[in-house]
Amino acid sequence: MKEVYEKPVILKLKTGMMNKFGSSPAYARKVRKDIDGVPVEELIEEFGSPLFVFSEKKLRQKFREVKNAFTLRYPNVEFSWSYKTNYLDAICAVLHQEGETAEVVSEFEYEKARRLGVPGNQIIYNGPYKPYDSLVTAVKERARINIDHFEEIADLEKVADELGVKPRVGIRLNMDTGIHPQWSRFGFNLESGQALDAVKRIASGGKLELVGLHCHIGTFILDPHAYEVEVKKMVDFAYTVEDQFGFKIEYLDIGGGFPSKNRLKGIYLPPEVAVPSVDEFAERVCSALLSSLRPGDYPKLILESGRAIVDEAGYLITTVHAAKRLPSGLKAYVLDAGVNILFTAFWYKFNIEIDREVHGTSEPCVLYGPLCMNIDVVDDLTYLPPLPRGTRLILSPVGAYNVTQWMQFIRYRPAVALIGENGEVDLIREAEDLTDIVRREKLPERLKLEW
Amino acid sequence: MGKLERLAVNDEGFIFDPETGNSYTVNKTGLFIIKFLKEGKSEEEIVKALSEKFDVSEEDARRDLVDFMEQLRLYGLLEGENV
Repeated sequence: MKEVYEKPVILKLKTGMMNKFGSSPAYARKVRKDIDGVPVEELIEEFGSPLFVFSEKKLRQKFREVKNAFTLRYPNVEFSWSYKTNYLDAICAVLHQEGETAEVVSEFEYEKARRLGVPGNQIIYNGPYKPYDSLVTAVKERARINIDHFEEIADLEKVADELGVKPRVGIRLNMDTGIHPQWSRFGFNLESGQALDAVKRIASGGKLELVGLHCHIGTFILDPHAYEVEVKKMVDFAYTVEDQFGFKIEYLDIGGGFPSKNRLKGIYLPPEVAVPSVDEFAERVCSALLSSLRPGDYPKLILESGRAIVDEAGYLITTVHAAKRLPSGLKAYVLDAGVNILFTAFWYKFNIEIDREVHGTSEPCVLYGPLCMNIDVVDDLTYLPPLPRGTRLILSPVGAYNVTQWMQFIRYRPAVALIGENGEVDLIREAEDLTDIVRREKLPERLKLEW
Repeated sequence: MGKLERLAVNDEGFIFDPETGNSYTVNKTGLFIIKFLKEGKSEEEIVKALSEKFDVSEEDARRDLVDFMEQLRLYGLLEGENV
């Protein structure tokens, strides 16, 4: 009987140095052999590596958790799915089934939502760049439009004349809520009086009906208090508008920006400790609303939460292609997935799980992607046991932004699978091949090669 | 005499370098390899010995041996005759 093999490792002993991180003892090592009961290896055999995998169960569960947190505290709430966070049809469809409307920020997203079957009046159209034609369509289909700048007011007035209707619109505000960086480039500034000027401008034009206020204070906000400030300022402003101009503000759209249980680089505490629960956010928002609204007035509260709902439902399975030793002595692994498909690797430190038990001491190591570029680093320092070639790593949470911001650079984008609530596995986006990339290319006749 | 031969190595995998005062620990397989290296065995002999004693293919053992030698080199433990 042969002895159990461990990859040979030698470690230099250092005395007198503090090591508060420890070196990941064996019991802290994370092994994941399946996602929602479906073996990792089975998924890879069927769809190839790397592979994005979404859990429908987790997605619905997370949505319901966020929804309950708010609907239990305020009687009139709408959730609008932030398409830019993840606009795969299947993911949007799950969330629309759960009752979310669609929040889009471009004509492309608008078209994608319509194609999926979302009625125009269930779409919220945001963003700083709304081409004129898309405004015409949005007004015709009675989408809710949140205006970003004065030019857009003029554009919409033109649309109103053209169609002979009075569009019902909202305006986007930006404000100081005590957090940095303050997002000031979108919408009209509240403190400077610009927002009030926008209302005056809309009122004097007489062609638009102002019915909503929108704001989005930032992203991955870890301070629930900021939302309290945001809500109070929005309510105050809404009443100023109602009292001075006779508009009725029917909705307050507070945007999104709630964090997921992901670990931002540079934050020492684990996300379970650093990230406030969704209940804390809901409590702040709803009590701020109830304490500042007038009796009997319950304008619709709209939430455009994206990351907090989908991030933790997404996993990426990637394969160790090679191991190497850097001149610094650090161990390095080359994976088949890099920043090309993991855009969020630039600011998150993912949870890394291994698909099998690996014997041996954990070593500090760096995880590189497959690109021939220096920036392609998935994790610049983590502790893993010596991984044999072919080991699968399961990275999470990766459900937000990666499948929208991924780029087709050097490599094809991989497949995306969805595991249903009963363990059924569906391919929801095929892996790309050459035809996807060359379909739009045209080679002039005179450049045709004759080799 | 090469650097490796001067190292004090005990059976539990504790290594002391009398020249620099540095100490190291190695795991079971690492210790196995160091003992062979001290005896001046060739890489091929070590690979064979590893695959006979442990549950590992010669191919994997060879790959890991290269990495292990690389680690020794980076710690300055391989020089002279062992390089």
